[in-house]
Amino acid sequence: MSSAEPTRRDFLYIATASVSAVGAAAAAWPLIAQMNPDASTIAAGAPIEVDLGPIASGQVIKVFWRGKPIYISHRTKEEITEARDVDVASLPDPEPDEKRVKPGHEEWQVLIGICTHLGCIPIAHQGDYKGYFCPCHGSQYDTSGRIRRGPAPANLALPPYEFVSNTKIRIG
Amino acid sequence: MSGQSTYKPQNAALRWLERRLPIGGLIHSSFVAYPTPRNLNYWWTFGGILAFMLAVQIVTGIVLAMHYTPHVDYAFNSVEQIMRDVNYGWLLRYLHSNGASMFFLAAYIHAFRGMYYGSYKEPREVLWILGVILLLLMIMTGFMGYVLPWGQMSFWAATVITNLFSAIPGVGDSIVTWLWGGFAVGNPTLNRFYSLHYLLPFVIAGVVVLHIWALHVAGQNNPTGVEPQSDKDTVAFTPYATIKDSFGLAVFMILLAWFVFYIPNYLGHPDNYIPANPSVTPTHIVPEWYYLPFYAILRAIPSKLGGVIALASSIVILAFLPWLDTSRVRSGRYRPLYRFFFWIFVLVCIGLGYLGSQPPEGIYVITARVLTTYYFVHFLIILPLLGVFETTSPVPSSISADVLKSKASVAAILLAVGLVTLLGTSSSSVAAEADTPPMNKWSFAGPFGKFDRAQLQRGFRVYREVCQTCHGIQLLSFRNLSEPGGPGFTPAQVAAVAAEYKYKEPNDQGDMVERNGRPADHFPPPMLRFPTGTPPDLSVIVKARGYERGFPGFVIDMFTQYQEHGADYVVALLKGYENPPAGAELAPGTMYNKYFPGHGIAMPPPLSDGRVMYTDGSPQTLDQYAKDVTAFLAWAAEPHLEARKRMGMQVVIFLIVLSGLLYFTKKKVWRAVPGHA
Repeated sequence: MSSAEPTRRDFLYIATASVSAVGAAAAAWPLIAQMNPDASTIAAGAPIEVDLGPIASGQVIKVFWRGKPIYISHRTKEEITEARDVDVASLPDPEPDEKRVKPGHEEWQVLIGICTHLGCIPIAHQGDYKGYFCPCHGSQYDTSGRIRRGPAPANLALPPYEFVSNTKIRIG
Repeated sequence: MSGQSTYKPQNAALRWLERRLPIGGLIHSSFVAYPTPRNLNYWWTFGGILAFMLAVQIVTGIVLAMHYTPHVDYAFNSVEQIMRDVNYGWLLRYLHSNGASMFFLAAYIHAFRGMYYGSYKEPREVLWILGVILLLLMIMTGFMGYVLPWGQMSFWAATVITNLFSAIPGVGDSIVTWLWGGFAVGNPTLNRFYSLHYLLPFVIAGVVVLHIWALHVAGQNNPTGVEPQSDKDTVAFTPYATIKDSFGLAVFMILLAWFVFYIPNYLGHPDNYIPANPSVTPTHIVPEWYYLPFYAILRAIPSKLGGVIALASSIVILAFLPWLDTSRVRSGRYRPLYRFFFWIFVLVCIGLGYLGSQPPEGIYVITARVLTTYYFVHFLIILPLLGVFETTSPVPSSISADVLKSKASVAAILLAVGLVTLLGTSSSSVAAEADTPPMNKWSFAGPFGKFDRAQLQRGFRVYREVCQTCHGIQLLSFRNLSEPGGPGFTPAQVAAVAAEYKYKEPNDQGDMVERNGRPADHFPPPMLRFPTGTPPDLSVIVKARGYERGFPGFVIDMFTQYQEHGADYVVALLKGYENPPAGAELAPGTMYNKYFPGHGIAMPPPLSDGRVMYTDGSPQTLDQYAKDVTAFLAWAAEPHLEARKRMGMQVVIFLIVLSGLLYFTKKKVWRAVPGHA
């Protein structure tokens, strides 16, 4: 081959450069993937079961799932009424209480206890709405965990969970 | 970095930057326009290879540091967690550990090349001395990195090497205590070694910048040793040197990949898979292969202080090489006598490396003393005298006039083979005390090896019914049993197995309550406890045991990928119980085992025909049990073996294709240079 055959020469250069680029990209992948959760962390994040039996009416307990605090609130009748008597449309993040609990289990409110503002942990049974109060920047949530006042943009999130029996839930 | 740059960027933004910070011009003049002698051979590509290896070590090292725990209680297990759980962790760790070896291999070739072609001579003395400083920094960094996994070899390497300083009269002991941060090697030592192991590579990178700066001031040496005189003698660094270095690097990466993917533990020591134990020294401790020549020099001197001085001198003397070599002719190509002594010196270094791996007794000590003496005689007597007495052959007037195209000489190949042999000596270093275990046929051996799922399941049954009473496998979790590349149990089977084990945990009131095991749990410690000593955990036992292969076996193993020493040893041990031969003395409470080092083993024969029920119709014999449980333990020690070999094939094929493309691209680029095919 001589330089009189530009297409073949160009092809060789392009092929070499492309194969090198593919190799570099493939080599970068393990360096990126290693920062994702490792196998033991993923395994430790398996679903957990929580026995609701010992939780008295009006009591809120905190359990941990995947390193996140999960609030399980055994709501009183008054708390449920309070949560349902609100004009949903007037809320900053409108959502009816019915959608935030499992049907037939209205007294059980399960929430991810992380403020939707910047990730602090709100304190249960505090604030003007007797729900949750975040001490960091003053966000106030009601007994359904909905944002009512303060800088937080959204209601407290709900973890995936289901009732295994009437007194036991599986989170995850 | 030399001369006025002619770099004129086309892009307006780059022109704006160039007027304020001429970094483009610096890069252009250093790595593009920089004139490089046109006659450089492939021995000159090792500079680029070294820069690449330093980058690999720094990048993989930073990543490993994200997962490693520098604490005596967690270091060993955190390394194992990297190997087992971190995404691609096994790849990153094997790259780092074998990368260190390849880094040293390239550094030694680079240094020998400098010696052969007289690259240290005026005006390149500072360049050479910076190289010696780099070697010294590499030695320190490599040593401290080897301590981090906190295995037996790590611990005792730390102890022995720090104790070198105790030879200093008067203040030695205070210095050692200061180095340790305690009264023995311990947690403070590990912590500071970790910190320094992270720091020193960046110091190396800084000195590399000085090294390259000095190189670009003096210009590169070349095989003729004659300085370039005109533009006809040089070519531009880019594309000519760049493409040639790239090809050399791609070929070198095939070697690295071979070690990483197929024989990743070949250069290591089985003992370093045993967690550090400050109360027991391994019977035969040796450093990594790249320190062996220096280690042999240390041991050759029958005096503590003398040995340390000899060790230090053997490295420091290199810095004086520019003045010890008195010859006015630079390149060994025109110095027939020097060439002869150069190759003798190479053989002496390799010989010292071999001796460093052997026990310090008998003929080995005497030979080591002879070779150590020669090592210093080479520098202090031969080199100074050669300059006076040697008749050199005519040196060409210029690089262009040098039509002699030296093909790769036999001697050069000898150097390569010699260094590779030296790589191998480390694995031949375990003292032969017992009989050699017979080799078995393993489904997981070789480049396409895979575990036999049914065999792993049977092996797990043997482990559970026999071994687990006394031996744990605590690095394993139940979930591993259903993960790809393993015994292939279903998640439901795994959950059922896990539930058979009980764990005690504190509840929210602080009381200890029992719960069933879950797939995420690690296997619990063994049920039986012994007052006389804990039987070893079996999680990595197959990698923590081995036997001496001897010469030439260890060299052949590099090519045949024989990595199953540990498995063969474990099978032999399980089957090796015999009546003691007449005259054999056994410690009380021990049994005679043909393959156990010292023969007296405390474990009674664990397996016998019919001991475990198999449901798949496999023979219920001692032989079958031994092989099955060993296969299971081989998987336990290396759960990602299948993924490793599979990726190895992809990487090696890729690198061969890349090398081929780079070779033809290189030929095409160099076609423009007259006199090059």
